[in-house]
Amino acid sequence: MIVEAILLTVITASTPLVLAAIGELVCERAGVLNLGVEGMMVMGAVGAFATAHATGSPYLGMLAGLATGAVFSLLFGFLTLTLVANQVATGLALTILGQGLSAMIGESLVGRAGIKMPALDIPVLSDIPFIGPLLFDQDLFFYLSIAIVAGTSWFLFKTRKGLVLRAVGDSHSSAHALGINVIGIRYLAVMFGGACAGLAGAQLSLVYTPQWTENMAAGRGWIALALVVFASWRPWGVLLGGYLFGAVTIGQLHAQAFGIAIPSQFLSALPYVVTILVLVIISQNRRMTLINTPAALGKPFVPDR
Amino acid sequence: MKSLKLALAASAAVIAGFAASGAAAQEDVKACFVYVGSATDGGWTQAHDIARQQLEDTLGIETAYIENVPEGPDAERAIERMARSGCTIVFTTSFGFMEPTLKVAAKYPDVKFEHATGYKTADNVATYNSRFYEGRYISGVIAGSISESGIGGYIGSFPIPEVVMGIDAFQLGAQSVNPDFTTKVVWANTWFDPGREADAAKALIDQGVDVLAQHTDTTAPMQIAAERGIKAFGQASDMIEAGPETQLTAILDTWAPYYVKRVKAVQDGTWTSEQSWDGLKDGILSMAPYTNMPDDVKALAEETEAKIISGELKPFTGPVTLQDGTPWLAEGETADDGTLLGLNVLVEGVDGTIPSSE
Repeated sequence: MIVEAILLTVITASTPLVLAAIGELVCERAGVLNLGVEGMMVMGAVGAFATAHATGSPYLGMLAGLATGAVFSLLFGFLTLTLVANQVATGLALTILGQGLSAMIGESLVGRAGIKMPALDIPVLSDIPFIGPLLFDQDLFFYLSIAIVAGTSWFLFKTRKGLVLRAVGDSHSSAHALGINVIGIRYLAVMFGGACAGLAGAQLSLVYTPQWTENMAAGRGWIALALVVFASWRPWGVLLGGYLFGAVTIGQLHAQAFGIAIPSQFLSALPYVVTILVLVIISQNRRMTLINTPAALGKPFVPDR
Repeated sequence: MKSLKLALAASAAVIAGFAASGAAAQEDVKACFVYVGSATDGGWTQAHDIARQQLEDTLGIETAYIENVPEGPDAERAIERMARSGCTIVFTTSFGFMEPTLKVAAKYPDVKFEHATGYKTADNVATYNSRFYEGRYISGVIAGSISESGIGGYIGSFPIPEVVMGIDAFQLGAQSVNPDFTTKVVWANTWFDPGREADAAKALIDQGVDVLAQHTDTTAPMQIAAERGIKAFGQASDMIEAGPETQLTAILDTWAPYYVKRVKAVQDGTWTSEQSWDGLKDGILSMAPYTNMPDDVKALAEETEAKIISGELKPFTGPVTLQDGTPWLAEGETADDGTLLGLNVLVEGVDGTIPSSE
């Protein structure tokens, strides 16, 4: 059935966006703007592919991708949090470094046969017509992406630690005055962002297209960054935005194959147009935007002694 | 990739045989290359770099290259660096290097320049290209023979003449064996994005396509075709490893014969600026082994290839009708090179549009 086929493709295309964006969301909620998502993603992708290739296990590959992303993000953390370097410049540098480094690491892996992560069929539920194969016969990345979004939403808004993290992102000086370890919390948030971006990269090289090619994230890290703003820093908004973006992207390919005569450049631009439109609509609600935007986003913090 | 290298090594051995006779060549020629991508990109640039290594082995000359040179202002600096560093001949291997190549060439009249896929020349700037469409036509013949649904898929990159030519040649080839064949076209608007290419492949397969051609650079579409159990054609390099049971053939970029020919011309002092557009007969492109198809189809493909090489068959020969039903080429009429290089029309049977930029 064509609708189901389209939706299956949409899920695969949206999952890495959701994963990378939810990580960045937590990072930004703690007040740190990390523009290195694209670089962390390709590092995760090469780490995951290399490990899966060496061990034969896509699950070890997934863990390696996650770890690679987290460790790589530590570099960003050290530069911006400990050395208080400019976050925007450091983030951009992280992306460029990640692209170059991953290409170097992966040089011998180009063209090697990939290992695709198998789907995990959830008994009974996957037998439900239509919904079953879509939602309950997917790979681990899909389940994880939903779980992380739900978990993040719960953590940020229902737990004390989540409140502390948001406080750090809104006013690091006040949080510091209250005796909160601002730098420590930001390190953890940055690493969470790196781990999620690494996971997103692993999805690319283990599920989406089980292979390694240089720069295989192809701009998805930047889309993830835009999604965080699109979602006005709310976890479920990231899920919605990711799927909307995926649906429009895949929809336009199908529209072309159906022979609908709309210029394909327009169709390719459509996801971005939709994103801008939604941003315009959201920005009408000033109060909502103000409440959700981390007030200390991107601002350097040097604890006074 | 290994099988590609083997195939290339074999062709290099043949070339080496030719070269041995002229072993008294001068030593002072240095051939330099400016690449748009990484020398190990598994596609376009790698094909040029393999040819560079073969050139080195064949003629025993010194070569040099710069990789990852972006198209734009930086390109001029990179090309100039090559020209200044004692290169006798500089090959610039991307369309976007056209203007920078001409600019640098004007400053260094004693250095020879060769620009791939461009159309502007100067006294010391030649252009060269490959008739990839000949390979696309053979792919089409195979697609028309094996497709059960009679619908082929074609993943386009950008609506430029090179790609339009490919789509038309594919459709004409398919039509020659199955008049009812249609080619569905999806533009990915990228040369290189494994994810997007995979998505395009899935969309086409979901819509009934059972044989897939790609005009983008990664093996992602081949992988998807393998996963879904349909057949597909590789692009630029042999993609058999991505689809051992899937790849029918692939169009291989084998630039070495051209590079050897041109560098020898420099050595002999016979180099002149020209616009070269070589094809299968010159060895500038070749077909990967015909696999995963019945013997009669294989025989037909080989016959088609032989006819193109002998010049008996020219893919763009009438009668050809355009998509909207208007006649294009009359019976026996052959499209000239100028028309092909600016091609912006699709032929009858192509299910798709060329996005206009108006």
